[in-house]
Amino acid sequence: MQKEYTITVYTEDRIGITNRITVIFTRRGINITSLTTAETEIAGVYKFIITVISEKEKLVKIVGQIERLIEIHRAFVHEEDEVVYQELALYKISTKALQNGNIELLIRENNARILTLTDEYFVLEKTGHQQELIDLQAKLAPYGLIEYSKSGRVAVVKWSRRFHDHLKELETRRPDNLKQAQYKEHTEVSAEEESI
Amino acid sequence: MQQKDVLPMKPEPTEKRAATTVPLNITGSEAVIRSLIAEGVETIFGYPGGAIMPIYDALYDFQDKVHHILVRHEQGATHAAQGYARTSGKTGVVFATSGPGATNLVTGLADAYMDSTPMVCITGQVAAHLLGTDAFQETDVIGITMPITKWNIQVTRPEDIPGAIAKAFYIAGSGRPGPVLVDITRNAQVAKFDFEYKKCDYIRSYHPVPELDTEAVKAAAALINSAKKPYIFCGHGVLLAGAEKELIALAEKAGIPIASTLLGLSAVPVDHPKYVGYLGMHGNYAPNIMTNECDVLIAVGMRFDDRITGDVSQFVKQAKVIHIEIDAAEINKIIKADVAVHADAKTALAALIELVEPKQHDEWIKGFREADKKEEEKVSRKELYPAEGGLKMAEVVRLISERTEGKAVLVTDVGQHQMIASRYYRFKDPNTNITSGGMGTMGFALPAAMGAKVGTPEKEVVAVIGDGCFQMTLQELGTIYQSEIGVKIVILNNNFLGMVRQWQQLFFDKRYSSTEMINPDFVQIAKGFYVPGRKVTDRADIVAAVDEMISHKGAYLLEVVVEKEDNVFPMVPSGQPIANIRLE
Repeated sequence: MQKEYTITVYTEDRIGITNRITVIFTRRGINITSLTTAETEIAGVYKFIITVISEKEKLVKIVGQIERLIEIHRAFVHEEDEVVYQELALYKISTKALQNGNIELLIRENNARILTLTDEYFVLEKTGHQQELIDLQAKLAPYGLIEYSKSGRVAVVKWSRRFHDHLKELETRRPDNLKQAQYKEHTEVSAEEESI
Repeated sequence: MQQKDVLPMKPEPTEKRAATTVPLNITGSEAVIRSLIAEGVETIFGYPGGAIMPIYDALYDFQDKVHHILVRHEQGATHAAQGYARTSGKTGVVFATSGPGATNLVTGLADAYMDSTPMVCITGQVAAHLLGTDAFQETDVIGITMPITKWNIQVTRPEDIPGAIAKAFYIAGSGRPGPVLVDITRNAQVAKFDFEYKKCDYIRSYHPVPELDTEAVKAAAALINSAKKPYIFCGHGVLLAGAEKELIALAEKAGIPIASTLLGLSAVPVDHPKYVGYLGMHGNYAPNIMTNECDVLIAVGMRFDDRITGDVSQFVKQAKVIHIEIDAAEINKIIKADVAVHADAKTALAALIELVEPKQHDEWIKGFREADKKEEEKVSRKELYPAEGGLKMAEVVRLISERTEGKAVLVTDVGQHQMIASRYYRFKDPNTNITSGGMGTMGFALPAAMGAKVGTPEKEVVAVIGDGCFQMTLQELGTIYQSEIGVKIVILNNNFLGMVRQWQQLFFDKRYSSTEMINPDFVQIAKGFYVPGRKVTDRADIVAAVDEMISHKGAYLLEVVVEKEDNVFPMVPSGQPIANIRLE
């Protein structure tokens, strides 16, 4: 059944890694609906958070093919209830709209906040799940929405404690022979830790 | 291999420096060659050009250590490296220049990736400051080859060269092998640095040797021990792991019949009592249909290609499947495994042999032999012993098989002749079947045969090639002459793109759209490259011609004109269940 899934991928810091990951989705004709990436708490290890609308069975195979890439540590596909996630949107609105009493109510009800205010426009920020951000955009449209921008997903996995121990352990290992930094010799990770 | 003209050697001051403790301050280009020597490379297949000239210049000083074979097209270099890797077990090495040199590698890289062949390609690239500027002969080879290499990297500083090459060899040859490309910008080739080489044996995000799950092995053994009709599929992974003996030992101990995939051919001698034949669209009848009779299927080092499964929804539905595979991404990709053993085939089979009970399943194997009779009667007899008409591909292949005692390295191209050769050559020794399996690359055989011969000079290497395929890479006859590579070339000429014609006949209402070929005189072409040859059209001449070819020292081309409109049977029509296999 087609539905939205979150995929997390832990990678080495290497030029072109985004390309290597996305081309695997391209091959199977799957559209990536959002992609967020940043360094994790472990220096040199990056986390990709990808959202797609597809089928679980297909995505499990895709995740297997992603993991096969040399510079990937692990990749996972998560159901909606396995992750806590947030997205962020910015809304640029004409300042004239402030003269309308209803906008104050909208801001309060949506827990949005004003980031900046000029004579011409103001910028609202809201975090939440995708649909909440889209709903607010629809509600703001009549007030003269000038620009709207939404982020990809930021997510943490509910069952990930041991994996982060594993990541921390990686920090103690040599990244690879192309990096000159001195790292202490690696020790084998037990099978249990490997399996998150 | 001997050089025709041994060029005078330049003095080697750097050799002397190596003996002292002073760091070896050399160019990136020299570092490339020294790194390759440190990896044990003896042979390189390549073609020079502007952006890789500094590396070729460095190579000039090391001609006594590394033998470079100048091919006639970069695609030829990749296939030669594949043939070399698959016979010698070493990683094949290719040199090419930037731009068109690099893009000509694409077919060979894709082929090596599909067929898990260890290969390291080194390409020259424009200087780092010109990257992305559409400079002369600049192409984004990293971007182009990303989906068809196991790994690739661009090096823009000389100090990164040894590390990149070390990593390239480690990745290419470990786990499930594959091709790797290292792109080196010109500035990195010419700048000097302090060279030091350390082999790579570890990458923290890469785990090529999975730990054997003993519970999975126990579960597999339990399934085999309770099976009434166990059945082994032998894939390429058996050869890559060097697990032929273990596989045969398992089959003998537990009484299990073995069928082979196209790339698994030669792992088990064709005359072994447990060997039941070759699987797939044009494989043998018995091993195909018996797939749907077995109760436990043990798939070793194979990936359930659609040419094996036909319609997946009707494939081994009745059986429990044990899948022994080193690449985790292949497990459950096409066929759901009841027991998955994620391991190297040799490790897994060695552990499995200990746990299986001695047993024989003679009745079950007898079923295969019974089914063989049907194929023999409907197909093989007519193919091998035709009473009349033109020469048949099968009788030529069987004659070569007999005259080489099944011990030659058989290199095949793609199409009807490939399927016929795979069906009728009686393999004796491992790693003697070299063919383009996954990609089905026409033009593969001639260059691959060159590499196979260089990789195993002590063996007879026979390339069986179709008339269409031969014309895709025939310029490599120039390489064969220049480098004195003694391959035997057999062109099975039906003046058609035979396999496409067969499909047109069976599925496109005999509308032979662009498949008939008006061919040149192949023997004259060979003669132009100083390769002797002979053309045979009559059955009466074939034995003498094959004997002449085999007794000839050095390269030889034999053109055999075969029946023009012949079909390969059995055949499982594409996408249909195996049960629909046709014998005529």
